[in-house]
Amino acid sequence: MKYGKYRVTKKLTDDVENWSELYVPHQSIENSMDTQQNMDGRLWDYIDGLSNPEEKSAIEKLIETNLEWQRTYHELLHAHQLMNSTELDEPSLRFTKNVMEEIAKYHVAPATRSYINKKIIWGIGGFFLTMILGFLIYSFSQINWTISSGSSDPLSGINLDKLNWGKFFNNTYTNIFMMINVVLGLILLDMYLHRKKERARHKEA
Amino acid sequence: MHAGLTDTEIISRVLKGEQQLFAGLVEHYQNYVFTLVLRFIDNREDAEELSQDIFVKAYRSLADFRGESKFSTWLYTIVRTSCITFLRKKKLETTSIDNEKTFIQLENRESGFKANMIEQKSRQAMVNEAIKLLSPDDAQIITLFYKAEQSLEEIGNIIGADPNTVKVKLHRARQRLKEKMEKYFTHEVREIQSD
Repeated sequence: MKYGKYRVTKKLTDDVENWSELYVPHQSIENSMDTQQNMDGRLWDYIDGLSNPEEKSAIEKLIETNLEWQRTYHELLHAHQLMNSTELDEPSLRFTKNVMEEIAKYHVAPATRSYINKKIIWGIGGFFLTMILGFLIYSFSQINWTISSGSSDPLSGINLDKLNWGKFFNNTYTNIFMMINVVLGLILLDMYLHRKKERARHKEA
Repeated sequence: MHAGLTDTEIISRVLKGEQQLFAGLVEHYQNYVFTLVLRFIDNREDAEELSQDIFVKAYRSLADFRGESKFSTWLYTIVRTSCITFLRKKKLETTSIDNEKTFIQLENRESGFKANMIEQKSRQAMVNEAIKLLSPDDAQIITLFYKAEQSLEEIGNIIGADPNTVKVKLHRARQRLKEKMEKYFTHEVREIQSD
């Protein structure tokens, strides 16, 4: 018997005849704790009305037939009723008046979602997407897909040096796109700073 | 509540400029908000001031309420974040049940509470006092579930957890409350059970 796995649960006395009675396996203690937690959990679900119909009827049967379940159920039910019986704390009588006096100084702030114009976000997103797609299409069009059968390197057909990046960055349309992007960014920054200034002004008021 | 108007109707009219209607929401939710704040801050004056700030914050952010949840759920989210911010600012430590300091704090609260026990005879006062002995998180979950009429999903939205996690947290919180009541109100609990 490996005593390391057991816990002494009774005080040792000289007249103990059966030593094995002194030990309760850890496994057994853990199991009983699990069972208790499981019972509590299932009973709380039952009390809260969260059990499904099958579980509900199974628990009802257990409460009727099993004394341990019956005792725990009544205990939990009492706790549940007590928690339901608590009253809310009340603030001072002037509470509503104080709040209304305070909010009279303010206006409802515009919704967060309207801070940033969705069109601007879509515009910037669309621009980047178009750029990425453009680069990808151009890059793929420059790859030599007919690699010689003797070549062991599958990437030998890709020669990035041959790609003419200047073609994109010196392109008038690309420059216009980029300018628009910068302008949109500045508008966004202006809107943000303007709102920040407004908020500070309200606070001061 | 203002002349049978629903929360959503009040909000839409407040947003159109009828600011005074907001008083209806304040009157209806002030006790809930105040109680929840008291679960975090054990000082009535601070709790009342913070509760007022929460309503002002709610008013100013009213346009952000999209009606995807109940107004109360949205409001209690503000309560939670405001309380956490308040505690951070004040550099107070939120009591966590696993934390050693908490045990010291709880011991102090419990000893102070024992002296007050004779005066706290009513059943409700007993539960309220036992709730005060819990960590703010446990106390908040119990209050949201039992008093603020929030479902597990709604509590999940407030505290940022999934409903199953909330369920486990609620079970644990109730277990701890039960233990507190059995420890400090043994006589009263027995009396209730024998009723």
